[in-house]
Order: sequence, then C-alpha cells, then structure tokens
Amino acid sequence: MAKEIKLLGTWASPFSHRIELALKLKGLQFEYLEEDLSNKSQLLLQSNPVHRKIPVLIHKGNPISESLVIMEYIDETWQHQNPLLPKDPYARAVARFWAKFIDEKVLWTAFKAYNDKGKEQEDAIEEFSQQLKFLEGELKGKEYFGGERFGFVDIAAFFILQFLRVLQEVKEAELMTEEKYPVLFEWMEKLQGNEVVAGCLPPREKHIAYVRARRAAAEEAASKTKAA
Amino acid sequence: IKEPIISLLSLTLPTESLYIRISRPCFLSPNRKLKISSFYSVFFHFFSQHFSALAMASNNGDVKLIGAWASPYVMRPRIALNVKSVEYEFLQEQFGSKSELLLKSNPVHKKIPVLLHNGKPICESSIIVEYIDEVWSSGPSILPSDPYDRAVARFWAAYLDEKWFPNVRAAPMAATEEAKNAAVEQLKEGLALLEGAYGEKDFFGGEKIGFIDIAFGSMLAWLRALQVMLGGVKLLDEEKTPGLCKWAAKFSADPAVKDVLPETEKIIEFAKLLVAKIKAAAASS
Repeated sequence: MAKEIKLLGTWASPFSHRIELALKLKGLQFEYLEEDLSNKSQLLLQSNPVHRKIPVLIHKGNPISESLVIMEYIDETWQHQNPLLPKDPYARAVARFWAKFIDEKVLWTAFKAYNDKGKEQEDAIEEFSQQLKFLEGELKGKEYFGGERFGFVDIAAFFILQFLRVLQEVKEAELMTEEKYPVLFEWMEKLQGNEVVAGCLPPREKHIAYVRARRAAAEEAASKTKAA
Repeated sequence: IKEPIISLLSLTLPTESLYIRISRPCFLSPNRKLKISSFYSVFFHFFSQHFSALAMASNNGDVKLIGAWASPYVMRPRIALNVKSVEYEFLQEQFGSKSELLLKSNPVHKKIPVLLHNGKPICESSIIVEYIDEVWSSGPSILPSDPYDRAVARFWAAYLDEKWFPNVRAAPMAATEEAKNAAVEQLKEGLALLEGAYGEKDFFGGEKIGFIDIAFGSMLAWLRALQVMLGGVKLLDEEKTPGLCKWAAKFSADPAVKDVLPETEKIIEFAKLLVAKIKAAAASS
C-alpha cells in the first residue's frame, strides 16, 4: 500500500509539510523521499519536468505537482476521512481564495519585508501588515479558518506562517507578533498543540540554523554580483 | 414551465378558441385538438418566453459579473457562464477607475473579475470558473470528472497564471530589446509545453471546451495582438505549434466564446492606451 503513494519533498519546505499533513489526516500510508535540491533525483525531474520542484505526489505512478493542486487531489481521491475542503461551493471558493492569497501574495511580500532594504522593504512591511490583518479578520470568531475543524486554508497557512516565524527569528525582526495579531497567534498555538500537525514540523532549532545558512549564502551571492 | 401558463390562459380566454388538456404533455393524441388562434399563439409565445426567463433567473439566482471587456481574466467566467447558459448582468468598470462595488466586493485585491451570486462575491478568475462549474452542475461540465485529470487541468491553469501570462504583459512593456526577447522566448517555451499537452481531440477538455481551454483561450485575443505589436513575431506557429493553431480556430468559433473574445484590432488599440497609462504612472512616481 505504501508503494502506491510517494511524496517527494524536503524537510525544510512548508509546501512539503502541507502534503505530509494532508496524507496523514487521510490516514494514508506513503513513501517519503527526501530530495536534495542541489542534486535533484531523476524521479523528480521526470515527475515534474515543468517546474522541477517539490512537493510532488506520485499516486499509482501518476505525478501531481503544485502543493494546492496536490491537496485538492488528495481530498477528491480520498473523500471518506477528514475532508479538507467544505462541501458548499461558496465556502469552497472562499477557502481556495485564501489559500491562493497566501501563496501568491503573503509569502512573497513577507520575503521582501524581511529581506529587502530601503523603500522596497518599507512598502513590503506595510503590505505584509495589511495582509496579516486580512488573515486575522478572516479567522476572527472562528476556531479555525475551516470553522469548527481545521481544513484546507489552515493547512495552507500554518506551515507558511511557521516558516515565516523562523525567517523572522533569523532576521531578528518583529513584524509578526502576538500583540499585533493575537487571533493568528492563538490559532498557531492551537495547531502546534495538535500532535499530527506538530509531527509535520521540523525541529525549530534545526530549521532556524538551516534558514540562517541559506540567507547568508544568498546575501553573499548578492553582494558578489553587485561587486562584479 | 408551459403548464402554469396554459392554465392561466385557459382561465382568461374563451374556451372555444383553446382546446388544451393541461394534464397532458405537449404532444397530444390524435383524438384531442389543439387550437389556438394566431393572436393567442403570439401572446402565448411571448408569455412563455418571459416566464421561462423568469423561471430560469429565479432558479439561477441573481448573477452579476464585475469586469471589463478587454480583460482576459474576466473572459474566463464569461465563457464559463455561457457554457452553462446562465444569464448574468455584466457590470463593466470604467477604464482607469474602480467602482465602489468592486472595492467593496474585493477589498483584498481590488481587482476584476468578481462574480456576485445572490450578492455574495467570488474573486479570482480560476476560482470563479470552478465555482460556476460546481453550482451549475447540471450544465456541461467544465472540469473533468476524474481527480487526476482535474489535477492536470488545475496544474496547467496555475502554470499559465504564474509563469506564462506575466510574459504576455512583460513583452510589450519591456524596457530593453534584451528583456523583450527574453519574454518572447519564455512565451514560446510555454507554448511548446502546451502543444505537448494538447492531445488528439478538438480541445484540451476533449470533445468540448473545458478548464484548460478557458484558462488558456481567454488569452487568445491578447496573444494575437502581441504578435502584431511585436512586429509580426510568430507565437502561434503553423510549423512549431500546429495543434495550438488548429485549437485556436476551434476555440474562437465555439458558441460560448465567440461573443466574448474581442477582435485583435480592438485589443491592439486598448493595449496602446494601457501601455501609455502604465508608462505615465511610472514616470510620475
């Protein structure tokens, strides 16, 4: 049974964590293959020739790429347990909207807010703050983004925000704080307290060290291209 | 729909001119006579059209789409609504300004399209198309039924939005020749991928248009305009992308599409306005 489902991922990627959690919530056995992104496997290159990125889910030999697409596939293929998306079409559209918002806007704005300099960074910080306010507003009054139970948006958002907290620690910034976003922080704590969810997170210190090393390498490369 | 009308008419009209048994279906047995004078048949026809439109409207709810004729993202839900034969009110935004309704309905992005169904807003073109497909499930389906095929369709729609479309915008706006060529190369690469994904059938969706057709085809008018604006660059190429050329003709002619896809000339005119506006804004900031 485990051979039927393979997940190509990396331990540090929040996109990979999403799929791990989705599979675990559905009670599915799967084979996890850790990719070395500096030396991508043949399987990865064959399975995702367009983007050559993880995560990739391989089910009965068929590859699926793009984490949100994979999540919908998992939800549609294994419908009986822990539905990730609600049944109502309007609620589904809303869930898809927020997940897309996180991937297309929040993550990239956050990168700029933490990593850029000067006016670009200032603008990004302002925008990031606005985005977090939107998320806070969407979550207010609910247990989870998904309502009573956590679902699609919670899974999409949680790992990204946890990753951003790691980045925040590395950059010694204070853009996301409990004071500013109490609702988001309470929700994150609730999910961290969930065993299955927490089991998909990498050890915090290891994650911080990794992101720190990656940022240092990126900054060095950037300063070299500037000097050259 | 016709039955209540018949019963209504039979109450108001002299019975000699109307022999219809309302308990029977439309086809009548030879023993029954159907006799409506020509005046009443016109009246009847008008009434039944009106009633069926009202009935359909009340079944579909109130459907409005905030958008603009030139926007490819707006074309997507328009095509989808046509596929489902759903009538809607098209609320066009004025070029250069955003209506109160738009800002209220899409406070996060402040962008078109926005579908308003019974007053509730749905944003993001691909999400709107999926919503339309799920709500009007009795109409022709837009997404395939198999989960894997659905994943493939969503994958390509995501690819188009994230990787390919940005180059359609970048190419005419490019500051340098180098940048422009790079954007054109990216576009050609993407088209080669799509040519590979295009199968033997008429459309990406098979016998009829589907999710990928709508996601990609919504860009067709802009793609054609771009070829002209870039001095005759061949993006859709008879030699390199013969399948896509064949597909483009079929897609443009599809009944759900043909009134939505603008003429290339109109897009070229509009693009000039848009480029000028963007350049002016960049210069002043």
